[in-house]
Amino acid sequence: MIRIATDIGGTFTDIALDAGGRLITGKVLTTSAAPEQGVLQGVRQLLAEADVAPGAVGLFLHGTTLATNAVIERKGARTALVMTEGFTDTPEIGREHRFDQYNLYLEKPAPLVPRELRFGLRERVDADGGVVEALAQTEIVRVADLLRESGATAIAVCLLHSYANPAHEEQLAAGLAQLLPDVSVSLSCRVSPLIGEYERCSTTCANAYVQPLVASYLSRMQEGLRDLGIAAPVLVMMSEGALASVETAAQLPVRLIESGPAGGAMLAAAVARRLGRDRLVAFDMGGTTAKICLIENGRPTQESSFEADRVYRFKKGSGLPLRIPVVELVEIGAGGGSIARVDGAGRLLVGPESAGADPGPACYGRGGTRPTVTDADLLLGRITAARFAGGRLALDRDAAARAVGGALADALGLPVDPSAAAIAEVVEEAMASAARTYAAEKGCDLGGWTLLAFGGAAGLHAAGVARRLGIREIVLPPNAGVGSAIGFLVAPAAFTVKRSAFAPLAGLSPASVAAIRQAIREEAQTMLQSLGDLDDAEESWMVDLRYSGQGTEITLPLAPDPIETLADRLRDIFEAEYHRRLGLLPQGVPIEVAAWSLTITLRVEPTDVLATRPAAAVTAAPGEALLYDLDTGTHQAATLAERAAMPAGGALRGPALLVEDHTTLVIPPGMAARCDAEGFIVLRSEGDAA
Amino acid sequence: MTLTARQAIAMQVMWNRLLSVVEEQAQTLIRTSFSPVTRDAGDLSAGIFTPDGLMMAQAVTGTPGHVNAMARSVGHFLAAIPINDWSEGDVAITNDPWIGTGHLNDFCVVTPVFRQGRLIAFFASTTHIVDVGGQGIGFDGRDVFHEGIRIPVLRFLQQGRPDAHVEQILRANVRFPDQLMGEVFALIAANEGGSRALLRMCDEFGLDDLGVLAGFIFDRSAAGMRAAIATLPEGRFDTAMRIDLVGEPIEVTASMTVKDGTISLDLGGELTPHPRGVNVPFCYTEAYAAFGVRCIVGPDIPNNAASLDAVRISAPEGSILNARFPAPVASRHILGHMMADLALGCLAAAAPDRVPGEHSGTLWNLRLARSDGARPFNVLCFHSGGGGARPAQDGLAATAYPSGVQAIPVEVSERAAPILYRRRALRPDSGGAGTWRGGLGQVIEVAPRDGSPIEVGASFQRVSTPARGRQGGQDGAPGVVRLSSGRPFKAAGRQPIPADDSLIVETPGGGGYGNPHKRAPERVAQDVRRGLITPAAALRDYGVVVPEVLQEATAVPTDAAPPPPR
Repeated sequence: MIRIATDIGGTFTDIALDAGGRLITGKVLTTSAAPEQGVLQGVRQLLAEADVAPGAVGLFLHGTTLATNAVIERKGARTALVMTEGFTDTPEIGREHRFDQYNLYLEKPAPLVPRELRFGLRERVDADGGVVEALAQTEIVRVADLLRESGATAIAVCLLHSYANPAHEEQLAAGLAQLLPDVSVSLSCRVSPLIGEYERCSTTCANAYVQPLVASYLSRMQEGLRDLGIAAPVLVMMSEGALASVETAAQLPVRLIESGPAGGAMLAAAVARRLGRDRLVAFDMGGTTAKICLIENGRPTQESSFEADRVYRFKKGSGLPLRIPVVELVEIGAGGGSIARVDGAGRLLVGPESAGADPGPACYGRGGTRPTVTDADLLLGRITAARFAGGRLALDRDAAARAVGGALADALGLPVDPSAAAIAEVVEEAMASAARTYAAEKGCDLGGWTLLAFGGAAGLHAAGVARRLGIREIVLPPNAGVGSAIGFLVAPAAFTVKRSAFAPLAGLSPASVAAIRQAIREEAQTMLQSLGDLDDAEESWMVDLRYSGQGTEITLPLAPDPIETLADRLRDIFEAEYHRRLGLLPQGVPIEVAAWSLTITLRVEPTDVLATRPAAAVTAAPGEALLYDLDTGTHQAATLAERAAMPAGGALRGPALLVEDHTTLVIPPGMAARCDAEGFIVLRSEGDAA
Repeated sequence: MTLTARQAIAMQVMWNRLLSVVEEQAQTLIRTSFSPVTRDAGDLSAGIFTPDGLMMAQAVTGTPGHVNAMARSVGHFLAAIPINDWSEGDVAITNDPWIGTGHLNDFCVVTPVFRQGRLIAFFASTTHIVDVGGQGIGFDGRDVFHEGIRIPVLRFLQQGRPDAHVEQILRANVRFPDQLMGEVFALIAANEGGSRALLRMCDEFGLDDLGVLAGFIFDRSAAGMRAAIATLPEGRFDTAMRIDLVGEPIEVTASMTVKDGTISLDLGGELTPHPRGVNVPFCYTEAYAAFGVRCIVGPDIPNNAASLDAVRISAPEGSILNARFPAPVASRHILGHMMADLALGCLAAAAPDRVPGEHSGTLWNLRLARSDGARPFNVLCFHSGGGGARPAQDGLAATAYPSGVQAIPVEVSERAAPILYRRRALRPDSGGAGTWRGGLGQVIEVAPRDGSPIEVGASFQRVSTPARGRQGGQDGAPGVVRLSSGRPFKAAGRQPIPADDSLIVETPGGGGYGNPHKRAPERVAQDVRRGLITPAAALRDYGVVVPEVLQEATAVPTDAAPPPPR
């Protein structure tokens, strides 16, 4: 089957066409005002280039930052919020805290729904799901009138404890469907049925806020594809790393918010499976951020919290919380454009502030004067000026030396080149540190894992990051430049439902567990039924457990145990996992279930879009580069080779640079890179067996 | 000492590493904690120390009261257990208010780290335990013995094994033994995680000990603080503040001297020791006063022994701000939290364009408990008033300062105790008027859910003394505490919410900044439209008449209406 995957990013729209294992890729500029236009134009070009008839396309896969941008730019619908009376200031009061302890001047993210569009509803459910005050029909009519007058085109509904009892939200939705039939309504019990009213409310507001926009965009996209002659079904990439129907995406658009990074994670997972690596760290470093994702047994893990629109980039707590299933990854403000500075205590810090594309690093010669990671890489000889961005951008080495050698080098008390080395070391430490902390949370030590490097800057720093983590193998996949779009091609159609449901583990009632699980299963099946055969689908259950009184859960996979022995087995697994991650087990404290989640995955035909055919033999003679060496304080000769010229089985010993159009792999002394039969580059210590 | 380029770079990397190690330590504590106070409110601290007890790095999570106070704690542990008496596998513990962080509720755990048989560092972490026995919530104790069990510095683990006797004694003396023990093990796990990460770093950089690194961190931090202090004029800057306390308000004075690269802050005033548990051990006074200074002076310099040393605090020995054993100290935060705004008051005289209006200060915590009946409980729900207006920004609504805690979700609190929140809404007209408006307080109403009364440990501040404005800004609205029935309820003291009644607290607003008549009229209009100020207040405080057409969208808040009949 011929498939097309498109990923709309901030600057570029990536397109990948899979014609039965033959992969053709392209990039066009993103057309922000009407993003579908850029996609359609790019698709038309690529079809022509590949000589494929539009009618032959069997599946169209799509990911977009539309929802993210609408939130960040506050360009969503005029959204109203209905909340339990007395609590409509929840979006503004939030968690009442300062996310930056010593900063007296911090600002919090502005709520998506301003105060004048928030309405209280007389009703109340308690923590056990019991009705304290019933929702009267007259109350629904009263609030519907207020909503109508407000001119809102989207409505978010978040009532207290609706995760435990959704009846009032559903009753209100039924009423609004009759009274305001043209307004889209998002219910918190569907969007994010998890405890915590601020986070659930924020998630529901974001869903409502982007819903009209995403729904109309997707229908325009489908129309445009039909006009092109493509009648194929359209699937949309969600933040959890799974494909969903257009209908699901239109109902739960907040779940599209991290589709790009999810695509990258799915690519990494596919590479891990293909290369047979059970433990792989995906390391994606671009211009402004680095993303790190752990892939165990061929899969990334999911989490259920995310923050959008952080006021201070990367500062936890400064954004709007979203409780949706997302591929678990850490993102830090470290990329080629990250700016280095020295703080009041003489501490060298790199990022999160970035020079961006304009003015860009000082060496771009576009007026940037502050030192960036790219400037440091250029001074260290890691970037070959003539080959940068395929040779389309001339780099100014003197400008880089001025930027690094100015105030920064003075404050560090070091000459220019060692200062550049310090920038590289500190940014590598920041990334390694983020990976280490993240791994520690999961009870893992990354020593012995494989590092998969992709994104423009990853190859420059992969060896440094790997060394700090005790990682001895680095892989650079082919076609890493359009990684997310390729990730869509290898992602399954799936849907996850997660719901808070508290119960002591001892004496877990089989009947109530069965009821909860059946409700969750039906919800997930509804979302998938248009996409394939549910009888042949894979069900993967997870359960969140904790010691009663704790607030952080451990998520465990649930084997298909008979319900009678479920509690005993769960206790054993939980205690083992708790011990592995956190050490001593508390004695005499009961364990409780906090949430259930189910992922249903439809079977997919295995496809192969990852490999390329490397050159048959060395096609170009290697050149020479100069790499800075901190111990001798001089630039030392290194081999310079073209990736396209590396034949299968070919090897390159460090010190060396392996360059391609959009990135360079730095091979330090003592390491060697090999190209395998499918175009993957594998970098290892020379002492290590291949 | 001169470092080679490689060494200098390694020092930079390791300093960053230590900061991430202590962060990891704090995160472990949050993940393993049994207490919403720790995990949701962030009432904890974590740090790494040299073998002689000097703090090298601390996690930025947590509250200033723990953090600065904890900086001194390892020194006290060393006084009790001399350096040569520590062995691998030891873990020591205390909740002594004068050693840890000022009251019995804070347990501090210290773990030594050994490398090749040598002690190279200590990790310490602290968190708040909701119940430590004694008379329970509130400040009614007449001495520290009334306030609960006190564990002197002792080894709780030897050779990695917990002391069963200590555990038995602890369990026998508190109301919720599982919670206490769970928390103690969480503290131990946090230090363990920190130790592992530190040893990995030593392997990676080939370090035998941390001596050179500590010197590098302390030198840089001391120099950084000197430069930060140099941005202030030298001289003496005085201020005073009336503080509600409990019962009779007291006047506290502060005199700040900026000289030769250090700041000294001397506290004085009506500091008679109090018969109830609102006395403050000096470690806690120092913590909050120093924190207030550091928010303006060198906020980006990481906390460690050297950066903390640049700011020196004093309070008369034996006074309420430097309480002597065995004074009752359970609610030392009531007065302690006010020290930050007091320090800012001195700085406002030195650097008026950098210092915000006064904050609502001390948290408006709802301490709710029941010790008899079928379902005893004890919950601490953190809530806040408004923040002071900043020199070019409005104050933050319902946001804690100086405490760094965050509120626990209503849905979580209602699961932890038989209570029902009836509302939690912004409080209009509570932010002090100014060119920049003070942050709004909030109105919270809470009731018993199961038909039985609930005890409240009230200790609400800024009820008779509001958060003051600066540079011409007006004061924020003072706080109000009442029962919905109209029955009397005091701002301080242990009192019940009757079964058929509900408690209403209106938390104070922050002070304004600058002359209100200079506030942009469109901001005043927007505040009216959003229901943050009333049209009457717009006219009275800002001299702005907001035409009705602009008020129109004030569809707002049905919340402003009286609560539904029940």
